[in-house]
Amino acid sequence: MTRSFLAWLTGSAITTFGRLITAVRAIWDGVEPVPSQRVYFANHTSNGDFILIWTVLPSALRAHTRPVAGADYWLKSPLRTFIGRDVFNAVLINRNAEERSQDPMELILQGLDTGASLIIFPEGTRNTTDKPLLPFKSGLYNISQARPEVDLVPVWIDNLNDVMPKGKLVPIPLLCTVTFGASIRVAPGEDRKDFLKRAETALLALAPADEAPAEEARA
Amino acid sequence: MNETHADFLTLLAGIIGILIVASGIGYALKQRVAPDGTNATIENLNARILAWWGMTAFLAVAFLAGRGGVIALFAFTSFAALREFVTLTTRRASDHWAIACAFFVILPLQYWLIWYEWYGMWSLLIPVYAFLILPIIAVLQGDSRNFLVRISQMQWALMICVFCASHVPALLFLDIPGFEARNVLLIAFLIVVVQLSDVLQYTWGKLFGRHPVAPSLSPSKTWEGLIGGVASATLIGTALFWITPFTPLQAAGMSLVITLAGFFGGLVMSAIKRDRGVKDWGHMIAGHGGFIDRLDSVVFSAPLFFHLTRYYWSLT
Repeated sequence: MTRSFLAWLTGSAITTFGRLITAVRAIWDGVEPVPSQRVYFANHTSNGDFILIWTVLPSALRAHTRPVAGADYWLKSPLRTFIGRDVFNAVLINRNAEERSQDPMELILQGLDTGASLIIFPEGTRNTTDKPLLPFKSGLYNISQARPEVDLVPVWIDNLNDVMPKGKLVPIPLLCTVTFGASIRVAPGEDRKDFLKRAETALLALAPADEAPAEEARA
Repeated sequence: MNETHADFLTLLAGIIGILIVASGIGYALKQRVAPDGTNATIENLNARILAWWGMTAFLAVAFLAGRGGVIALFAFTSFAALREFVTLTTRRASDHWAIACAFFVILPLQYWLIWYEWYGMWSLLIPVYAFLILPIIAVLQGDSRNFLVRISQMQWALMICVFCASHVPALLFLDIPGFEARNVLLIAFLIVVVQLSDVLQYTWGKLFGRHPVAPSLSPSKTWEGLIGGVASATLIGTALFWITPFTPLQAAGMSLVITLAGFFGGLVMSAIKRDRGVKDWGHMIAGHGGFIDRLDSVVFSAPLFFHLTRYYWSLT
């Protein structure tokens, strides 16, 4: 009781802080915020990524949406464990194949089978390169193969990498947007490579045309 | 209840009356023309009116909360405006600490200095000290690419969003004989006249606008809108002389100065938006775009209004 209240309070504090720093706004472009089961797949540039998605989801959807996150990060301290488990109700997977006792895909499918929607980052790791997107890992394909009835929704998170670059402790306030695009599913007989390419294209299509205003030279 | 409160409530009642009439017109237009919400102009009008209700409510609460409330409101407004401005500037990862310093050191310090009534310091903090310190922080990161562009835009962002905007709450600390404890009405006068001028320019322009003032910058700003809006807002400002330390003629002069400054402020900020390839500064206020879209005119007129009032009327 106290724990769940604390979790609710912490969750509200985190989303309020997120809104203060980023004034984040959702753009539903090709998909509506309705409570059907989905896997949201997003670009990954910052630890705050799923917080922004979580913040802009209507509360009815948020209650049934769980981020898939690395256990190595979220189980490191009691505070992180509380935030990861109690606040975000994350599906925690171990990314290190040698240490883990459970297959990540098994945990992800278990999560889906409880009826929850999931948030995943198919690049597998935070993108610190200049490229807009890293090549997708196979997870997204495997999920859609195993649960073909679940819609895969591309989600582009814009500007957050500038708010909180890796290694900086203080975020700088900048406007961010979260764009949800039309859902895709793996087609019958579709090859893994073709599908992943299609998913990458669907996600990149949501990025604003002016991708890196910070880098452009306007003199 | 003292006289200031009474005058403030009279003014508030007037604004609420106008908003009720405007809401009624907006509703009637929607019912007659496009009840399904397909007419973009009417939808935009209604969104603007709704946002006006919100702004009036915020200002009223802040004014009744006193000096602290007004300073907190404008400090937050500066924060939101700076957040919009910096989003559109040329940045590099090496600017992180300089930008963080602008947000979390310079901005709070500026409003604290106003609260502390240290005029000599708050009027120099950003034009002199931030101007020198932020490039030093930036240069220490050892990244010279686009350096002049980056530091110039950061300074501009602070000047507009923090320095100029902070002249509005600074009006509270002017010492005008015979006008003691009524300074909050100066803020009300400035905001009401400048914002009404915006609305009236928009209305006159929509009704009679034919000849654009600056077609390459903002096709919606027309000579008809400018002259009609500035003239009618100046008339309203003159009629509001009783809430100010000004005579009717002085109130007319002040209104003319601040509405013209407000117009040019809008034009300058349009040019910046055009340069950056965006239509609005942000998305905070439905129907209005961002904070800066609504505040550009106030930001440009506030320093002029502050210094004219300080020079001719204030003892400090």
